[in-house]
Amino acid sequence: MLSFISKRLLVALLVCLTVSALSFGLMFVSGDPAIAIAGSGGRAEDAEAIRQAYGFDRPLIVQYLDWIGSALTGNLGQSIYFNVPVTEIIGNRAGVTLTLGFISFLVALVIAVPLGVAAALRPNGWIDRIALVIAVSGQAIPSFWLGLMAIVVFGVWYGWVPISGADTWQGYILPVIVLSYYAIPELMRITRSGMIDVLATDYVRAARAKGLPMHLVISRHALRNAVLPLVSLAAVQLGQLLSGSIVIESVFALNGLGRLAWESLLRSDLPVVQAIILILSLLYVVLTTLADILNAVLDPRLRGGS
Amino acid sequence: MTQTFSLKRLTAVAALAASTALSLGTAALADKASNTLNVAFAAEPEPLDTYKIAGRQGLILARHIYDGLLYKNLDTGEIVPALAESWEFTGPLTMEFTLRQGVKFHNGADFTADDVVGTLNTVITPEYGTRYSISVDWIDSVEKLDDYKVRINMSKPFAGAIEMLADALPIYPHAFFAENGSAGIAATPIGTGPYKLISQEPGIRYEMERFEDHYEGSPKSGATIDKITVRTIPEMNTQFAELMSGSLDWIWRIPPDQAAQLESRVQVISAPIMRIGYVGFAPEAMAGETPIADKRVRQALIHATNRGAIVDAFAGGASKVLNTPCNPAQFGCEQDVTTYDYDPEKAKALLAEAGYADGFDLEMVFAAMPRPTAEAVAADLANVGVTLELNEQQYASGIGKWRAKELPAFFSNWGSYGIGDTAFILSNFFGGGADDLVQDAELATWLTEADTASDREVRSENYSKAVKKIAEEAYWMPMYNFNVNYGLSNDLNFTPHPDEFARWWAASWK
Repeated sequence: MLSFISKRLLVALLVCLTVSALSFGLMFVSGDPAIAIAGSGGRAEDAEAIRQAYGFDRPLIVQYLDWIGSALTGNLGQSIYFNVPVTEIIGNRAGVTLTLGFISFLVALVIAVPLGVAAALRPNGWIDRIALVIAVSGQAIPSFWLGLMAIVVFGVWYGWVPISGADTWQGYILPVIVLSYYAIPELMRITRSGMIDVLATDYVRAARAKGLPMHLVISRHALRNAVLPLVSLAAVQLGQLLSGSIVIESVFALNGLGRLAWESLLRSDLPVVQAIILILSLLYVVLTTLADILNAVLDPRLRGGS
Repeated sequence: MTQTFSLKRLTAVAALAASTALSLGTAALADKASNTLNVAFAAEPEPLDTYKIAGRQGLILARHIYDGLLYKNLDTGEIVPALAESWEFTGPLTMEFTLRQGVKFHNGADFTADDVVGTLNTVITPEYGTRYSISVDWIDSVEKLDDYKVRINMSKPFAGAIEMLADALPIYPHAFFAENGSAGIAATPIGTGPYKLISQEPGIRYEMERFEDHYEGSPKSGATIDKITVRTIPEMNTQFAELMSGSLDWIWRIPPDQAAQLESRVQVISAPIMRIGYVGFAPEAMAGETPIADKRVRQALIHATNRGAIVDAFAGGASKVLNTPCNPAQFGCEQDVTTYDYDPEKAKALLAEAGYADGFDLEMVFAAMPRPTAEAVAADLANVGVTLELNEQQYASGIGKWRAKELPAFFSNWGSYGIGDTAFILSNFFGGGADDLVQDAELATWLTEADTASDREVRSENYSKAVKKIAEEAYWMPMYNFNVNYGLSNDLNFTPHPDEFARWWAASWK
């Protein structure tokens, strides 16, 4: 088990390094950051001054090593746009994203897993049909459209919730509903198909044959086995919810990390972009590693040849 | 069965929602009652140190908080006193200012010559990193003559000096600024302006309150609105929903097609601005080895482009076709110039004369322009046999390629910092610098003469010569002046200005 974990961690570290090096290189492919920072009215002289001031005139590899060197000591640098430490901005914006991400994840799980189980118990029954409609529409409706419609109906029309912003907790209601709606289909379908497979196995049949009540069969025997693919998927989903809610954050004017990353890219605020990419790739790596370990705990077969 | 029923019902709800989206919110409640103006921008304002801001959003906030020595009244074109009561040129390179007495900063400090000296002498140093060097590089030093008198020593003649002093170079309280620097003034903005900042979440939310001790005789006096709340709402559709439901009173930069839809529910105003769209031709690109190096080809391209139709279709509002590489609203922008009507036959004839009867391929990058406008230009040119290889890029990439002389044609726009003077745009693109891919020595001479002369007659005469030659040589295909659509609460009185600086201190409720 220990060698399994240490192997996973080594791979995780390599992934982080690769991602940060790639993203660093890509930032420079998309145009001269000095000109971008100088803005559309900036003259060549202004861009040159910026190039010198931020050291963009040095070789790329030197800039990267410089950056990774400070990042390893916990110094993520200064935001070029906001002129304050990157950690301060990210600290200010992370709360919204974390709140939104975790709550949406929980809501999605609480709805998706029971619905998936119920659907699996009676395939093609009415619950299964409803689940199918939710799954199909969740995957087909663009999130910005659903977000705007929710705003129109519940914000403008009925006035039940604020239209945008996260000044009060009510501001989270619509974004959480919309965001979790997009996480539900996959979670639900994988629960359903996992359960259908497991329910057809001999040990479940044996458990039922010895007279165990259905809820115990499901919770003790079936779900534990059906949950393996769900754990891996849920880790990826949580990563997506925490990092990829740019559209939802824009529509509802929530100032989270997703939007910060997007805006920083547009204004060539390299230190912020690099820091967010690093944090998010770390997050993904940690989540998938946790999922692997959790699966290994749940299923001894996955612990490898040790 | 359940499935089809649910789907139908879902579609019905969605359709209902969509159809009501734009038919609601006729009753604008606005915040007239609490006398608070609620504003939204789509882009995040920069930290509130004017000298480091490039975007309009931050500059608008800053102009409510800080004041400059002078102010330009755009209705009359006159420069009027602000923190300085009077000023005069005491030599070719020296200006003296008599400062206003009894002006207070938001923190209670008195405004004196020390503040002017302390601010300007700091922002002109290269270490300070003022965003646009052109705004301060003409100042050599600032001296205190007495408590209410200062002298500015110029490092070079610069015709835009007075324009720059007119609210573009604000004065900070010297003691606070010396101690806390740029980051400090941005975190705790203190000025003499008509509004003071109460709270901010940088880039996200700002609250300003009317400053009761704003000085008598200020060109920004007479504010009637108590509070201004500014939020960042990136999605325009969300802004529309807030505006229609009354939780916003002021939004701007509404795309033309959406402006038309909003018109029946809220006030929509279209106002022309200084920014102009253009296609720059680069005779110098690829060492002069492109068809663009031939004047007849450039003229043919302009004749072949139906600019009138493009403006009507994609810009609308207050936009008009231009014949000059500057905005007619700017000083020195001569309008009596060679013009090129839409005439594809003439274009073909000119191309044939230049030896391109069968047309040619040409790369054009467009940046910060709507894609349909670039595609329309390409379609028009295809009619005369010229195949445009269109390439959309970020402005930084496009102008980088332009400066590297790798681009024969560049379609973009330029804002002149919102200043009503041709000096900036002409000198940048035709004055011999890095953006000048024409490198016409005669133009550069006239422009230097015009930029440095203090006599307006001399300036206007030289700009006129330059503008005429640029049009005659067809160095640029000027497209149109931009306009901005504002969406306002039905209760709000607001007058837009061509420099794109919203003056909320002059806004009021109906």
